[in-house]
Amino acid sequence: MSKKTSDNIENTHALNAAKGKYILRLFVTGILPNSVRAIKNINIICEQYLKGKYELEIIDIYQQPSLALSEEIVAVPVLIKKFPLPEERMIGDMSNTEKVLKGLGIV
Amino acid sequence: MKPINVNKTNTSNFKFSKSLTGIQGLDEITNGGLPKNRSTLLLGNTGCGKTIMAMEFLVNGIVLFDEPAVFMAFEEKKDDLMLNVKSLDYDLDAHIANNKLYIEQVRITPDEIVETGMYDLEGLFVRLEQAIYKVMAKRVVLDSLDKLFYGLDDKILRSEFLRLLTWLKEKGVTAIITSEIGDPFLSRSGIVEYVADCVIVLDNRTTNQIGTRRLRIIKYRGSIHGNNEYPFTIDERGISVYPIISEAVQQESSLKRVSSGIKDLDKMLDNKGFYEGSSILISGTAGTGKTSLAASFAHSVCKTKKTCLFCAFEEAPNQVMRNMQSIGFHLEPLVKSGLLTFYYSRPTLQNLELHFLAIKKIIHEIKPTVVILDPITNLMTEGPNSDIRSMLTRFVDFLKTQHITVMFTAAITVGSIERNPSDEGISSMVDTWMMVQDIEVDAERTRSLCVMKSRGMVHSNEVRRFNISGEGINLSPIAITQKGTSAASKRREKEHANLSTSKESIGVKESSR
Repeated sequence: MSKKTSDNIENTHALNAAKGKYILRLFVTGILPNSVRAIKNINIICEQYLKGKYELEIIDIYQQPSLALSEEIVAVPVLIKKFPLPEERMIGDMSNTEKVLKGLGIV
Repeated sequence: MKPINVNKTNTSNFKFSKSLTGIQGLDEITNGGLPKNRSTLLLGNTGCGKTIMAMEFLVNGIVLFDEPAVFMAFEEKKDDLMLNVKSLDYDLDAHIANNKLYIEQVRITPDEIVETGMYDLEGLFVRLEQAIYKVMAKRVVLDSLDKLFYGLDDKILRSEFLRLLTWLKEKGVTAIITSEIGDPFLSRSGIVEYVADCVIVLDNRTTNQIGTRRLRIIKYRGSIHGNNEYPFTIDERGISVYPIISEAVQQESSLKRVSSGIKDLDKMLDNKGFYEGSSILISGTAGTGKTSLAASFAHSVCKTKKTCLFCAFEEAPNQVMRNMQSIGFHLEPLVKSGLLTFYYSRPTLQNLELHFLAIKKIIHEIKPTVVILDPITNLMTEGPNSDIRSMLTRFVDFLKTQHITVMFTAAITVGSIERNPSDEGISSMVDTWMMVQDIEVDAERTRSLCVMKSRGMVHSNEVRRFNISGEGINLSPIAITQKGTSAASKRREKEHANLSTSKESIGVKESSR
């Protein structure tokens, strides 16, 4: 759906299409550099593109290791877009904004 | 070379600690197992037995050494994995229930993953740590690496792989990491050469439609190891690697003798016959009476109330029995009494390995004192000679450890004797070698027999006439009538000069044509 929307730079389009809030989960590992960067980057991206339309939960798998198993996590940091469907996974420190947006289905 | 991180457990002495695999043969060629608390890379193409070998390492660890284990499956679903190894008689459910084994399926879906920057595999480490803690594992298998690394960034993977090895070391677990051998990541980054402490390669090669599994240790840091390629088999008892030395070294040599069943032949063999537990080869061209000799031996063994296994690869048992009846060997009552057992199979039906496995199984059941393979050359059409030879050597070794006398017949062509008088190289592995062939005496086709070699006894060098009649087999001196043309006497002279070497006597036959 929204993932396929054209080269329309206007993100409002995608936002409307999504209907309802974005539910995002970012899995990190303590304060390792990649994790710290990922938290910073995703917060910036969300504030810029999804302001008021998202719910971001940051989970430290060092603290909750059982979630690593139930959420099938291997590479970290990983951002899981739970909603809107389909579920998407993005790994890395979220420094490539374009790819994050694509993954979120915003671009 | 990268320095080895010395582990806590082996700082005390220079001796490398090892972890026994419990896999038959593998512990011998590795000189005591895999490096303890380190990782071993198990490489190989699809379907060559990596997963099974890795699983057997774990199960043996649990059963034999009380070392709990973790299996991280990247490739197969847990249920599939359980099902696949169930055919091998492993009771994984029980081990899991007893908290000795933990299998975790790690789902890797690289196609669905978007890379947005730097990352690492810390999630895997977290899961692995939990898994190890769950059963207090001492052994870990990661199956398989290429699946885990597929589609992920090379640079990251290289550092993560190094980190994984170090991490596993710190955890004090002995690990097997499997991977496809042709994986571009592994070969590109030279991980095989530099990083792993021990690298084992499995291979499943098919030559002439016959697949043979082989194992080779290409690297074992800090330890001596066998350098060869070793064939291995997988059956319901698991994996068996066959180093040639392993079975042979334990064998004891018997001084007892067993009659060949032919009085005259016994006479040629020190007047006593074969050694018990030795290997005997009868080779000869077609129609020279190899099967008859073998049947005569089987007959005489059974007559002394000992058991015999007759493996027929050429003729069906009924046909062998009928034919032998005609020369006075009544095998049928022996079969009925259970002293004689026939194994009949078409060589092409399965590969040599499986033939030997099947025969071994029968041997375990009936515990024969004599095994006859008739003819071994029919099996030889089923693979390259070097393979057959090493497999045959191992089989003979196995029989020797069981103190079983083995006789095999080999059909050879006249041409092949000339090319290779040592009989395709198998004569070197036998203790007694007899050659039967047709020679011409006074323009008459005559069967002859000579003992080419017989280890550990004084044997006759005479070429004797070999008579098959309704009453059995007897040997007599080759008689030559006195009258003859000059050509015949010339031939005679030559024959006398070359009596001991069959090769040349064949030459006579050729030249006299």
